Amino acid sequence: MELLKEISKEGKNKFDIEDDIYIEIENLEEKYLRSEINLPDISEVDLIRHFISLSKENYGVDNGFYPLGSCTMKYNPKINEEIAKKEDFKYFHPLISIEYSQGLLKIMWEMQEFLKILAGMDAFTLQPKAGAHGEYTGLRIMWEYFNDKGEKRNKVILPDSAHGTNPASSSMLGLEVIEIESKDGMVDPEKLSEVVDEKTFALMLTNPNTLGFFEKDILKIKEILKSKGALLYYDGANLNGFIGIARPGDMGFDAVHLNLHKTFSTPHGGGGPGSGPVGVKEFLKDYLPYPLIENEEEFYYFSKPAKSIGKVGSFFGNFSVILKAYLYIRELGFDGLKEVSQIAVLNANYIKEKLKKYYPSQFDRLVKHECVLSGKIYKDYGVKTVDIAKRIMDYGFHPPTIYFPHIVDEALMIEPTETENKETLDKFIDAMIKISEEIKNNPEIVKNAPLNTKIKRPDELKANKELKVKW
Amino acid sequence: MKFIPHTQKEIEEMMRDLGISSLDDLFKDIPDEVKIKEKLDLPKPLSELGIREEIENIFSLNTIPKRIFLGGGAYYHLIPSTVNYVLNRGEFYTSYTPYQPELSQGMLQALFEFQSVLSDLTGADITNASMYDGATSLMEAVFMGERVKNKKRLLIARSLNPEYQEVLKTYIKPRDIKIEFIDFKEDGRVDLNQLEEKTKEDFSSLVVQSPNYFGIIEDIEEINKIVKKRDALLIQLITEMMSLGILKSPFELGVDILAAEAQSFGIPLSFGGPYLGILQTKKEFVREIPGRIVGETVDRNGKRCFVMTLRTREQDIRREKAKSNICTNNSLNAIAALVFLATVGPKGVKKIAEINYKKSHYFKKRLIDEGFNLTFKGPFFNEIVVDLPFTDNVLKEKLSLVGIEGGIPLKYYAMDNSYLFSVTEMNRREDIELLICSLKEG
Repeated sequence: MELLKEISKEGKNKFDIEDDIYIEIENLEEKYLRSEINLPDISEVDLIRHFISLSKENYGVDNGFYPLGSCTMKYNPKINEEIAKKEDFKYFHPLISIEYSQGLLKIMWEMQEFLKILAGMDAFTLQPKAGAHGEYTGLRIMWEYFNDKGEKRNKVILPDSAHGTNPASSSMLGLEVIEIESKDGMVDPEKLSEVVDEKTFALMLTNPNTLGFFEKDILKIKEILKSKGALLYYDGANLNGFIGIARPGDMGFDAVHLNLHKTFSTPHGGGGPGSGPVGVKEFLKDYLPYPLIENEEEFYYFSKPAKSIGKVGSFFGNFSVILKAYLYIRELGFDGLKEVSQIAVLNANYIKEKLKKYYPSQFDRLVKHECVLSGKIYKDYGVKTVDIAKRIMDYGFHPPTIYFPHIVDEALMIEPTETENKETLDKFIDAMIKISEEIKNNPEIVKNAPLNTKIKRPDELKANKELKVKW
Repeated sequence: MKFIPHTQKEIEEMMRDLGISSLDDLFKDIPDEVKIKEKLDLPKPLSELGIREEIENIFSLNTIPKRIFLGGGAYYHLIPSTVNYVLNRGEFYTSYTPYQPELSQGMLQALFEFQSVLSDLTGADITNASMYDGATSLMEAVFMGERVKNKKRLLIARSLNPEYQEVLKTYIKPRDIKIEFIDFKEDGRVDLNQLEEKTKEDFSSLVVQSPNYFGIIEDIEEINKIVKKRDALLIQLITEMMSLGILKSPFELGVDILAAEAQSFGIPLSFGGPYLGILQTKKEFVREIPGRIVGETVDRNGKRCFVMTLRTREQDIRREKAKSNICTNNSLNAIAALVFLATVGPKGVKKIAEINYKKSHYFKKRLIDEGFNLTFKGPFFNEIVVDLPFTDNVLKEKLSLVGIEGGIPLKYYAMDNSYLFSVTEMNRREDIELLICSLKEG
């Protein structure tokens, strides 16, 4: 594909704009002015063709099955896209008087309420703009709480299956990370008791965890932490595994973040924008970032919690993402959301049962939204999991997440979501079985995959070494 | 409305294959104590028709403000039709972070082009593939500066957008970093004498916004000379990227890290987000920049292609030693900015910037004609602070009579009678006259 710069030629661009000021205006002093602007000069028709061509070189949920584990690549309802793109939104400056934006504030206030109900928490902020941003915000609230109480705690405990954002968010607060080994793929209460002490700040837990397992000892875990005054943080990346069935708030979590771009169907946009609202229990409410949205007799306004940590990003959060998630909740209602997790879990278990013989991992138990298989038995044929992933592309699917979680050797982490029907799953399962046969009979075809894509195995080492990050 | 595609028969077949008789069996590992017992109190589900009607009802509570003179970190600009047309491609917006380059060349090339266009515009060596917003970009810039210089003192120009100041304070409080502020002078610009004084001691970086919160263009070259007398970095923040249509590129003036909010480039105001954070730096600090970066390479057959690169800086690889926790960024809005800049082209971005300059200076001229006083006299781009003889409530009321939203009170600075106005290409001359008229009255 040609780059925009390569189709640029001086004079191609015919963009114009009216000017209705006819009097002479004194120019800015020369020293501040630039002499040239180096941007592609292309016509509108060339521009559209360029981006349409690029889009054809990209694969999204609208193209096909996208079972990327821990990413919840579900279908993004089109009605929500249409409403969020209403022409009106171009006029809604975040600083307009609240009398103008009562409808938008109502949506945000109701969203705070819906999330409280669904997560079992006492208050929510919609400000964080992604899951990791929510993690930081949740931990920062806890930090302020301990600081306020004069307690010096600096240890964050994580299971070895945790998302990479968990330790990274902890580090941003200067906290020390302690990783504990899982037992049967779950937190081992005994091991946890050994490390929890008066210096423990919190345990960060994803539930269902990254192996797709519900942390069965969650209530014991809560007791262990509470007994030393430490807190429990919920990474809501995997809420699709039990939404409508159970609530993190009832499990003893003190602060949670939810990924609206996962469980609540807003599109991932090639990596963003997302939204990561944070919910807390009553005792942490006063520390939430400001502004929160309040409602008094159907009049909506902003407020600032008494001991607010301040702001974690500009304005009130990613409004149009929040709006899409709000619409999703209104479309599904409680029963619809419950069915989401039921079918997501049905799909994940179905894939696991059909494929565990071919891609066995050390674990085999009931899973929730995702299952983790392994390609390790194929190492003997000289085939690595990355090869399997590349071969999956030849069958027309996006590969699962690979090499994560680290506790499963050669991991293949598969999250089908509820929006894929049995036919699609069966086709995927067939493809995976065929690949396992190919490995045994003709491993070269797998090692050389993908064969059907335009680009094949980019040289990542070269990209690193000869760093070229602009044309 | 439901988005589950299974037939009842399929569900039953799958349950049979799994040897379960009820979907509840799938959740038997969850302790009963934590299971939801009764239906949660959410509104009843709506069909597509139902949600359309409902949302129309809710939106009827809004009043659409069509004459906007508000800036202060978010700007009302033209969005060419090409932008939405491209963003509506499902291949882009329903994809995820391009972990599998063979299936993501479209997004990867678009992000590479975004990085290139933004680097060309500002003179940076490196632009990452976007951040959440300008405020978090600035936070990351400050932490980069701290890692590079390893000093625990940070200088911030007080003319930095107050929202951004608040965000920095939140992030810095748990860290062992001391913030000191540099005041502005009567012309609204950084007090260079005070800067000279404060830079006598070691510090990691100085953060300056230009055009600053008051709209005033700072003398970045002079500021940089003072900063570079010590072993420290200059971090510039830009919230109004349209200014670069006429202003010199920051890296040409000696800036080390640029953090910016690029909402002005094709992204709707959308009540505050999602916007687009920009983070850029020079070659020498490339290992310290957080976030995704796309690089060019070749594939097995020697064909040019693109991949995410320098991955060992990131959280999914490096965990607690990562440069930041950022995972999701703002790819789709990065494409919006790219399409915007490619649509208006080099001459277009210059012309839009010139018209912003012209219109805001026309507004200034009209203010002076009518005897109003400007709070600051420094050079400005498209925002201007005016002293007005009334409270913010009175101002709001006056303007609402003519359907204008504008004039952000500078309460943060305890300047109770000063108001910030923004004038862009979207404000017609007759709207400027209307604004002047309503300010004049009573």
